[in-house]
Amino acid sequence: MDWLTTVDHKKIAILYLIAGGFFFGIGGIEALLIRVQLWKPMNTFVTAQQFNELITMHGTTMIFLGVMPIIFAIMNAVIPLQIGARDVAFPFLNSLGFWTFLFGGLLLNLSWFMGGAPDGGWTAYAPLSSTTYSTTHGVDFYTIGLQIAGLGTLIGGINFLATIITMRAPGMSFMRMPMFTWTTFVTSAMILFAFPAIAVGLVLLSFDRILGANFFNVAGGGNPVLWQHIFWIFGHPEVYILILPAFGIISEVVSTFSRKRLFGYSSMVFATILIAFLGFMVWAHHMFTTGMGPVANALFAIATMLIAVPTGIKIFNWLFTMWGGQITFNTASLFAIGFVPTFVMGGVTGVMLGSAPADYQFHDTYFVVAHFHYVIVGGLVLGLFSGLHYWWPKMFGRVLNETLGKIEFWTFIIGFHLTFFLQHFLGLVGMQRRVFTYLPNQGFDLMNMLSTVGAFLMGVGVILFLVNVVITARKPVGVENDPWGDGRTLEWAIPSPPPEYNFKQLPLVRGIDAYWKEKMAGHKEMTPAEPVGSIHMPSPTIIPFVMSVGLFIAGLGFMFTTDDFGNSFLNFLFNNYIVVIIGLGITFGSMIVHSLYDDAGWHIEPEEIDGKGAEA
Amino acid sequence: MTTLHAEQATNKLPHEPEKATLEGRNKILGFWLFLAGEAVLFGTLFATFLTLRNQVADGPSASELFSLPITAVATLILLVSSLTSVFSIQAMHRGNVKSLLTWLTVTVLLGLGFLGLEIYEFYEYVTHYGYGMTTSAFSSSFYTLVGFHGAHVTFGICWISLLIGQVARKGLTVVTAPKIYVSAMYWHFVDVVWVFVFTVVYLLGKVVG
Repeated sequence: MDWLTTVDHKKIAILYLIAGGFFFGIGGIEALLIRVQLWKPMNTFVTAQQFNELITMHGTTMIFLGVMPIIFAIMNAVIPLQIGARDVAFPFLNSLGFWTFLFGGLLLNLSWFMGGAPDGGWTAYAPLSSTTYSTTHGVDFYTIGLQIAGLGTLIGGINFLATIITMRAPGMSFMRMPMFTWTTFVTSAMILFAFPAIAVGLVLLSFDRILGANFFNVAGGGNPVLWQHIFWIFGHPEVYILILPAFGIISEVVSTFSRKRLFGYSSMVFATILIAFLGFMVWAHHMFTTGMGPVANALFAIATMLIAVPTGIKIFNWLFTMWGGQITFNTASLFAIGFVPTFVMGGVTGVMLGSAPADYQFHDTYFVVAHFHYVIVGGLVLGLFSGLHYWWPKMFGRVLNETLGKIEFWTFIIGFHLTFFLQHFLGLVGMQRRVFTYLPNQGFDLMNMLSTVGAFLMGVGVILFLVNVVITARKPVGVENDPWGDGRTLEWAIPSPPPEYNFKQLPLVRGIDAYWKEKMAGHKEMTPAEPVGSIHMPSPTIIPFVMSVGLFIAGLGFMFTTDDFGNSFLNFLFNNYIVVIIGLGITFGSMIVHSLYDDAGWHIEPEEIDGKGAEA
Repeated sequence: MTTLHAEQATNKLPHEPEKATLEGRNKILGFWLFLAGEAVLFGTLFATFLTLRNQVADGPSASELFSLPITAVATLILLVSSLTSVFSIQAMHRGNVKSLLTWLTVTVLLGLGFLGLEIYEFYEYVTHYGYGMTTSAFSSSFYTLVGFHGAHVTFGICWISLLIGQVARKGLTVVTAPKIYVSAMYWHFVDVVWVFVFTVVYLLGKVVG
């Protein structure tokens, strides 16, 4: 119950981690089923329909319900601490964002048990996603589930923007913010401008499917390419929404474990902003083969390749940070170092794909699959593992086991390269993506088999991580403020895990790497910026949970409005929008209740502060 | 929050009560950000409409449907409601609760007037021209864009009405002031969107064709 009503950013971080981890597991199992199907030619492990559902749900789950929430988990756990704040700007919205994501994700996965999962590919290209070709309710679950989950992401993005703008500790100017805070800031801005576009896209697609609208229906004057534009004007920035936080994590980890200040801090900041800007300008490089013409293709190709410049700046800055540093090779640091060459490989194939004429050759082959897995798994997932190992002690007060961590790293990264390196060549010799089987003796057999072996190795790596978590959870809580000894940023200046109010007194920031600066000046603690005083805390509330349940019910009601249940009562309930009205009534009713009863919060008084220990 | 109690005790509000507390300032900043997202949302809807506005299939086209006098009146009503909403904020800054409530009520009534015209317009299209959601890509994008705006107006009417009740009960405090301020921001935003709707949908449809 405590967890249903919490508005504490550290607890919400743990909720995001558990829920995101759960969906990551589901997405991983789907991936393994795909690899089992493809491990030999003419395999009959799953049918073509099931394969379509698996690839659609694997992509959708991993992107929206797996890695995004884990990014949000780390952001929630770290950002207020890094900027020296007691909480985020809107604790209520923070909780609402989590619950809408969770119920959206549950709704989407409910499709497996209610007549079939979405089967139009994770991009849901019309007309594959139209009622003509996708006859189950799968795509309805996709449009409505993602709509609800996307709402949560948007809320989270706005919250982080406001938090970073207004809640920074005294002395923390923008150009003194830690790199992870910077990338979170820029990522949140991208979420703000990208997610409303997909929200509209999903509305249009649901209207086409449920209300019989004609947006993408050619017979009624609609235009399927319009869907692609709307999808990718969101979808391409989304790639950077995913990777920028990983860049931030790598910057923190590389600098901490090299015992050096991040090389070229300000160029890193501007590279981040530039990547975000260019990320919005290049969406149509996903559409070179739709017939946009050579001029558009050339412009989008050039804009795409421009992104290599700020990205290259970042890569070299990480290398220069390590150069001459005293590098510690622990698990977090290994994942970060492993990230650099792996991500560069993904970037290089990105330039290859960004060349429009070459893309005609690579299009819809396993080369593309290899490329984006190098970016998203080799970039983001390695970054997330690095970040989790790095901040685990801060979140839970226990250091993850190092030996197991190193085995986990090597299993994962070897498995990863075995799986996806080969897929470049599978693509080059002509294996298509999204096809559920292939004929023998076309040069695909051995590479597919090895790719499947690699996928299972990655699975072992993830399981080892879980084992590590369980083993670590048995250890008593009680690491120091700064378990690595080399912490540079503010979060390492307070106990692990932090008390509910984070900072007893808001710290005074005197430079980049605020805590390191104080340590070098011979201080043990941050200099406080305010006297010890009464701390205002927001009250816990169940309303965000109830609001999300309402949306869940309304979503379910909306997609079944045209069905015949063979039961007059159910038909009455669904076909007259009564379920939709009940669901929305719950949501809007809770909004009204929330707005009528002003929450004055509560205070932790100075005499209680010393008594209140760390708990998580 | 301690300032809150002090203010209430002395019953003296600062000149801009909506910006008196960190919570209030955060709310206003957060709302600006939210409006940025809303701008993208309507931008996408406008782009969709512009793509599909001539795809009439077998249904009626814009120039056959639209009646500029009605939409001009609707535009006038909505623009005036933005003005009355400004008056309400000015009343709030003077600390005049009665005048604040009056102007908020006028704003809501004008909003209802606009909504009434829009419902009448949609009703006419459906009954006289058989122009519904499923008629053509043009009709789908028309109802979605204009309907989204209408839904925003409806939400705004409910929201401001709720605030009227709240202010009448609790008075003007540093807690209620930011709520009134952001609802006014919302109302102006909805109004600005309508100016674009009027231009892009109605004028372009009727005059340019």
